[in-house]
Amino acid sequence: MSNTDFVLAVEDLTVSFDGFKAVDSLTMYIDKNELRVLVGPNGAGKTTVLDLICGKTKSTAGSIKFNNTELTKLSEHEIVRSGVGRKFQNPSIYENLTVYQNLEVSYPKGRGVFGSLTFKRTQEVEDRVRKVAADIMLTEFLDMESALLSHGQKQWLEIGMLLMQEPELLMLDEPVAGMSAKERDQTADLLNRICQNRSVIVIEHDMEFVKKIAHKVTVLHQGKILAEGPMEKVQADEKVIEVYLGH
Amino acid sequence: MFGYSMADIGNIVVMQGFSGLSMFTVLLLMALGLAIIFGQMGVINMAHGEFMTIGAYTTVLISKVAASYGFTDYYFVFAIAIAFLLAFAVGYFVEFIMIRHLYKRPLDTLLATWGLSLVMQQIFRSSFGAKEVSAELPEWMLGSFKPTPDIDIPINGVFVMVLAALVTFGVYMFMYKSRWGLRVRATVQNRTMAGAVGINTAKVDRVTFALGCGIAGIAGAAFTTIASTGPTTGTLYIVDSFMVVVFGGAASIVGTIASAFGIAQAQSILQFFMTSSMGKVSTLLVIVTILMMKPEGLFASKLRK
Amino acid sequence: MTLWEKMKASPVLGGKEGVIGLAVLAAVIFVILPLSVDIFRLNLIGKYLTYAFVAVGLVMLWGHGGILSLGQGIFFGLGGYAMAMFLKLEASDPESTKIQSTPGIPDFMDWNQLTALPWFWEPFKSLPFTLIAVLTIPALFAYIIGYAMFKRRVGGVYFSIITQAIALILSILIVGQQGYTGGVNGMTDLRTMLGWDIRSDSAKYILYFVNGLLLFGAIFLSKYIMSSKFGMLLLAMRDKEERVRFSGYDVSNFKIFIFCLAAMMSAVGGAMFTLQVGFMSPSFVGIVPSIEMVIFCAVGGRASLIGAVYGTLLVNYGKTVFSETYPELWLFLMGGLFISVVMFFPNGLAGIWDKLATKYGWFKDKAEVAKKPEVSTSGVEAQVVLTETTETMLAADSTNTATKAPRKRASKKDTGLESSKMRGAEA
Repeated sequence: MSNTDFVLAVEDLTVSFDGFKAVDSLTMYIDKNELRVLVGPNGAGKTTVLDLICGKTKSTAGSIKFNNTELTKLSEHEIVRSGVGRKFQNPSIYENLTVYQNLEVSYPKGRGVFGSLTFKRTQEVEDRVRKVAADIMLTEFLDMESALLSHGQKQWLEIGMLLMQEPELLMLDEPVAGMSAKERDQTADLLNRICQNRSVIVIEHDMEFVKKIAHKVTVLHQGKILAEGPMEKVQADEKVIEVYLGH
Repeated sequence: MFGYSMADIGNIVVMQGFSGLSMFTVLLLMALGLAIIFGQMGVINMAHGEFMTIGAYTTVLISKVAASYGFTDYYFVFAIAIAFLLAFAVGYFVEFIMIRHLYKRPLDTLLATWGLSLVMQQIFRSSFGAKEVSAELPEWMLGSFKPTPDIDIPINGVFVMVLAALVTFGVYMFMYKSRWGLRVRATVQNRTMAGAVGINTAKVDRVTFALGCGIAGIAGAAFTTIASTGPTTGTLYIVDSFMVVVFGGAASIVGTIASAFGIAQAQSILQFFMTSSMGKVSTLLVIVTILMMKPEGLFASKLRK
Repeated sequence: MTLWEKMKASPVLGGKEGVIGLAVLAAVIFVILPLSVDIFRLNLIGKYLTYAFVAVGLVMLWGHGGILSLGQGIFFGLGGYAMAMFLKLEASDPESTKIQSTPGIPDFMDWNQLTALPWFWEPFKSLPFTLIAVLTIPALFAYIIGYAMFKRRVGGVYFSIITQAIALILSILIVGQQGYTGGVNGMTDLRTMLGWDIRSDSAKYILYFVNGLLLFGAIFLSKYIMSSKFGMLLLAMRDKEERVRFSGYDVSNFKIFIFCLAAMMSAVGGAMFTLQVGFMSPSFVGIVPSIEMVIFCAVGGRASLIGAVYGTLLVNYGKTVFSETYPELWLFLMGGLFISVVMFFPNGLAGIWDKLATKYGWFKDKAEVAKKPEVSTSGVEAQVVLTETTETMLAADSTNTATKAPRKRASKKDTGLESSKMRGAEA
């Protein structure tokens, strides 16, 4: 199969830090509208894979093609502008700005120096902010300084900031860490809603949560793929049970 | 080249090189203290030069006392120890009342320690006067030996080099071979975890900072053998020392030694061929240019962030 | 809508509090001070106000952008020297320098055995070129430094140390190259600009007002930038640089821009300094003046534009008074100021003022503006007034002192630095 059929094609991706291979000739394909979950023990290289895709870490070898564009040569902001959004492990929001402002800053217009100096809040921006705010269940908090949000709400806000950019590929690093059971359910609904017209990669440890959202699961171990496939198949895999699920 | 014969140039390089070595030792001692404070703790201590001045004034005072009692020949060893202890004690106190409240705000530490340096300079001026004072050097330090008729190598230069070598070795042993050093490195890498396994991180911080200041005190003692001391002596070295530390890669002792050597030698030799100010300007310009291209310094290891 | 209402509604000016703050500052600079002090003192205040350009630039660069430059003296000096070169050439016409061995060149060149004007001095015979150079040379210099460093993600203390080293290099260079720069004495004995005697009392008055107007220009420009999306991004970058980068912004370009802008403001201050004081010397370029300018800004409140102006005035007034009467005490006081502002009042005078204003509810509409941002940010500028002008402000706002404004963020823990960030978010 030609890799042009995929939204994201990662091939032979390797990165080494002073000889230590954090990701070792990894090959992975993500379909359109797919929600893929990366699991694996600590240090398996999950976060590093996301770092490599979004350009935070430069790869040693291999290729990452997004809609047939090679990402490894682009700088971070170019990768974002080509349609890749990334949420960090710890909620990374602008605590001194209001929820509204957080979303507005993420609106993909006025991204240059002079563009930002002349940026005007149009009705279009306003509508978009309100729509996303409704999606992430923060409508009533729009005017609140975002530092005052709960931990879970901050996670949602960061997802919302990514949604403002309407990315084709959304990457979420542990989106439900620190959330209550109810918030986890709401987040699962949210993820199922937003992967309707885009591909999503999620890193998650909570297997119950993974079951609710995953179309396919990739298990990483020591920088390599241990198993890949639907949840039931992966859960039954002996190697996976041994290194990860077993304990 | 500049109207010198090749033999002249050879001699000039050796002699200027040697005077560069004296500067190298002072810079190295200053930078070692800074490397501990900045490299390990991430604190910018703009008053570091004034801690050096504390050491220098201590040495001068002790030399005066020693001269009046007639044991000029041996005082220097005591002077170094007392310079270290005094600077250490002041550093300990400063960490307690000031620095520890500012660990999360590195830029603010920079401003606060700058303020401290102003206060300390004025204290020096009020207590010792604005004039520069010199230590009475022991007889044996004043001579020089001549390996060839055209080359003079001052003994005081050799002495401070030996001193710097000892201190460098001591710092290395302390940081990388002792339990204290292990605690310091643990605290730097993960403060919360270090605290959780029972390391008194507040105490580690205080001792580390004070140690850096103490080494600056030794630098001050070494300084008195090559120049006279005034209230603003420390300010002459502060930027150079920071350049040494950053250029060498903040947390690397080898890097600190190499960059102190390079910077001191370049200045010393260039100052002979150009004017003194142009020598300094060219050296700093080269360093700044290199740092702009390689901001992590020359000896920093590749890190996974 | 009346003019007053229009101004109040303007997000650029920052609501009622912002408008009153600006009005009070304008009254102090343009009315109260000129009427109450003699021309000698006014000229001195004019000199202080040239430093305020640097402080205003630092509010944007450091207070909002989180980038601490310890080299703003570089740009102050470049602007000042560019202006001084023009004035010096005018003062060195062949007629008045005929006793020199080479008439028609500046006196210090003659003393240093130069026999012809160096090539880079030639264009400074033209005033238009000089005015353009005052703005573009510092901007270009800042662009080169900024490009080299921000593109490589050098930030924090490294940026501070390197800018400091550059300030040192430039000041040594100026002192060392006596024949081209006038050395440690600088360029002195500047007399006329296009025949206009800048030393006369009337010229000093005019220059004072021009300086004040330019300063207001700088403040308005800064306010506009802060109220745009750029201003919001600047704050976002200061706190979560990675997030901004991964939202598709090239962070370095924003930093370079704000650094260049701060440099240009400093340069205008430097040029106005030369005009008002009549000389320029390396003592305004090196490490010490550069870091002192940071403390002017910190005393006023690092995130407050108007605070920075008052901070500059206050510290320099203190410096003049103390170094005249108790020179010994001044360094203690200056050092103590650095330490105490950083440790106990990280938001400076503006922070203290703001606490009082919040506590007594002096600006009711402030909270409303903060809640409903009109354009991009809620533009409320904290500002400070000297004690003698507080009454004016109170009188201007006597109607609303009764009710305490409800503020949503009141519940937030108000520790020093956090509230400085909050200030930033509003300004």
